[in-house]
Amino acid sequence: MAVLELKRKLQILSDAAKYDASCASSGSNKRNSMGGRGVGSTEGMGICHAYTPDGRCVSLLKILLTNFCIFDCVYCVNRVSSNVPRARFSVDEVVQLTIGFYKRNYIEGLFLSSGIIRDSDYTMEEMVEVARRLRRDHDFRGYIHLKLIPEASPRLVELAGLYADRLSVNIELPKDESIATLAPEKDVGVIKKAMGEVRLRLQAARPGKKDRTPPPRFAPAGQSTQMIVGADGARDADILDRSAALYGSYQLRRVYYSAFSPIPDSSRRLPLVKPPLAREHRLYQADWLMRFYGFERQEIVAGGEGGMLDLDIDPKLAWALKHREDFPVDVNTADRERLLRVPGFGVKSVDRMIRVRRHQRLRLDDVQRLCRNLEKVRPFIVAADWTPGSLTDSTALANRLRPAVEPEQLALF
Amino acid sequence: MKTVRLAHETDFAGWRDGARALVNAGVLPGEARFGVGCNDNGLFDEPLSAVGGPAIVVPRRFLELAQEVVLHRTADRFDLLYRLLWRMRERPDLLHVDSDADVADALERARNVSRASHKMKAFVRFREVEDDAGEAYVSWFEPAHRVVEKTAPFFVRRFTTMRWSILTPDLSAIWDGERLVYAPGASRQDAPGDDRLEDFWRAYYASIFNPARLKARTMQGEMPKRYWRNLPEAVLIPSLIAQAGRRTEDMRASPASESRKQTARAVARPARASSPHEGKVLDDLAELRPALQGCRRCDLWRHATQGVAGEGPRRADLMLVGEQPGDQEDLAGQPFVGPAGKLLDRALQAAGVDRENAYVTNAVKHFKFEPRGKRRLHQSPDAGEIGACRWWYEQELALVKPKVVVALGATAARQVLGRPVSLMKERGSPIDLGGGVTALLSIHPSFALRTPGEAEKARVVALLEGDLRMAAKLVG
Repeated sequence: MAVLELKRKLQILSDAAKYDASCASSGSNKRNSMGGRGVGSTEGMGICHAYTPDGRCVSLLKILLTNFCIFDCVYCVNRVSSNVPRARFSVDEVVQLTIGFYKRNYIEGLFLSSGIIRDSDYTMEEMVEVARRLRRDHDFRGYIHLKLIPEASPRLVELAGLYADRLSVNIELPKDESIATLAPEKDVGVIKKAMGEVRLRLQAARPGKKDRTPPPRFAPAGQSTQMIVGADGARDADILDRSAALYGSYQLRRVYYSAFSPIPDSSRRLPLVKPPLAREHRLYQADWLMRFYGFERQEIVAGGEGGMLDLDIDPKLAWALKHREDFPVDVNTADRERLLRVPGFGVKSVDRMIRVRRHQRLRLDDVQRLCRNLEKVRPFIVAADWTPGSLTDSTALANRLRPAVEPEQLALF
Repeated sequence: MKTVRLAHETDFAGWRDGARALVNAGVLPGEARFGVGCNDNGLFDEPLSAVGGPAIVVPRRFLELAQEVVLHRTADRFDLLYRLLWRMRERPDLLHVDSDADVADALERARNVSRASHKMKAFVRFREVEDDAGEAYVSWFEPAHRVVEKTAPFFVRRFTTMRWSILTPDLSAIWDGERLVYAPGASRQDAPGDDRLEDFWRAYYASIFNPARLKARTMQGEMPKRYWRNLPEAVLIPSLIAQAGRRTEDMRASPASESRKQTARAVARPARASSPHEGKVLDDLAELRPALQGCRRCDLWRHATQGVAGEGPRRADLMLVGEQPGDQEDLAGQPFVGPAGKLLDRALQAAGVDRENAYVTNAVKHFKFEPRGKRRLHQSPDAGEIGACRWWYEQELALVKPKVVVALGATAARQVLGRPVSLMKERGSPIDLGGGVTALLSIHPSFALRTPGEAEKARVVALLEGDLRMAAKLVG
């Protein structure tokens, strides 16, 4: 009976946790279980131990401590006014499940979040206690991601950072106005202050040149946040604006975008449409362009119309089609920055091209072996044996590169 | 045709010795073949005249690449490596040409091997067994390439304190808590058929799946079907996919239910008021900080972390006004705590002023910036923003009642005097503001930080110190 009950709790509390998109287990300090009492390692690269049919990776045991919550955020499956089944784990149950799953190589570690019960510190204290027991009692050296309750006291934030690899506070929605209406108990100011505090602590934990003893550990895998896409009227421009400010202000490792998706027992106030997965995908691409490809958010937004990204083509291609005058780019002479702006070239293929061209001139078939999709690249480049001629400026180009019908993901069975 | 016989499938040393002999004998790639397994003639079908011979110098990158490629399951991997070795003698930089057909082929196979190793780390599933020595863990796994030896040390590092074995058709890796040993390949029947937690794992897998986001192809790209038969959770995949559409439709179609009484009561609590004090004249400095958090007088609140209130005694004779909070001030919620604050502290000390006795604030209370990657570039507030923030400055002025106000920089000067100011023309001499308040204009400490050259910087700092000294004298 008791066993059955634990399984039911696991179902309820993982079902309640699945709307948080983050699953990263990478970017922490390197460590392993050699010489220790327990199990666990992190070696830089994250590992996805399984994939569910939604295409998402299962890397961590992602659960809530409890889905009881005193808040009433309209978009959330766990809001107080929802009639979903409720459950609550004991601290020890979470610890045992984490260790049991880890020893079977199902997971990289734990991602623990929680509904707010009683008050913020009470909730945070329980979460910190799970992490403390894993680290101290079990010498667990795997990955731990803790969700921070924004109002939690500084002492608990400090302890959370001591035990966890990553901390996160969710900004939830792109505009403060929508948080005020859809998540009335949440205070964006408090959320941002919590992120600011984490950043200051991350900064303080970086060992200085003159330090004889390193400062105490604080969340070596940094902090991240999540924004829900499609629950309010925010445009992509608003979303990217918010992301850029968040990256700059709090040095986030990642901003996760989560397409608002139908939830059980939903509120009347939100229309339940198909989750805007294509939009979510484009936002991730735009985010990538800002962080690794030297694009400004204004450039990306200008590639679309009315503050929305083009859903049919990726944002780099959309930008390039509106900036034909910058093309073609000569793959044998252009600098890295310009090559990164060619649609179809990724960071890796650009770096390979730069290496290869030190030894020989690049021809079209070289380019083909170094990038994925030659057809997409061809109109925008000059190679030793190729010039696109009028192709770059052809009005038909946009139609040629635009997929006729957005291919729907087909079920396999 | 010369054939080199290798001792086993991943016999890199055998390949290296054979390849060296072939190169030294001048055997063209097309005339040499490598095969695994013994034959009657020993090492070579046709014995070579010069077995061994001098060592061949190759770049380290080639050795690393070759050791990976050898683990690939394709039969011609050794021949490809020999062809590369042969061609590298003519063209030493060959390996840097990633777009060369042979190099690209070898790199692709190395990538496949690396991916197979990564997938082994991901998809091995242990099952618990009990023996005389206690708990131990056994896995049956079928790697895409021959990566057991490459990957086993990872499991040693991760599961050092467990006793475990990973059985595969090629080779088995066994860790007894102290030593890693390899045994011949095994079969599925050698591993246990179930584990007490697998049912929990499947429950988790099914619950964490969101049926409204079906993307089966993405899943299969990352978790190819070849691995499914050894993954306990994979049996659920067909039914999860089959039911996804109906589950989503049910969620969409079912009307929102009436919430229970106690939850409805909880919801009835009033929402957090955005700011109880905004818009009202403050009676006490302690109200300033909370009131600022609700300020919407201009748009700067939107991306800043918080409004930063002034700090200092409730009544002070000296008030210092800076421009706006910077990066660190925005995070900490306190004025002048970043690099400019440090410089100000030193200047105050040099001028004999105790910061504790002064009220320190900013002309504009929110940080204005332009995000640039992981940093924020400071931007000066414009006239509209300075004007919008005047409300707060005047309240501070009225409550603190200073005798002397030092405006640090042009923005502060504009706020304090209420008009555009040419700072360098008007600094250095007291300006009467009326009501017994004297203003003094000086430069902002960050101007000193930005000044290039040690001598020039020192001159600017001296200027600031002089002004602060004068302020102290005016206070009396």
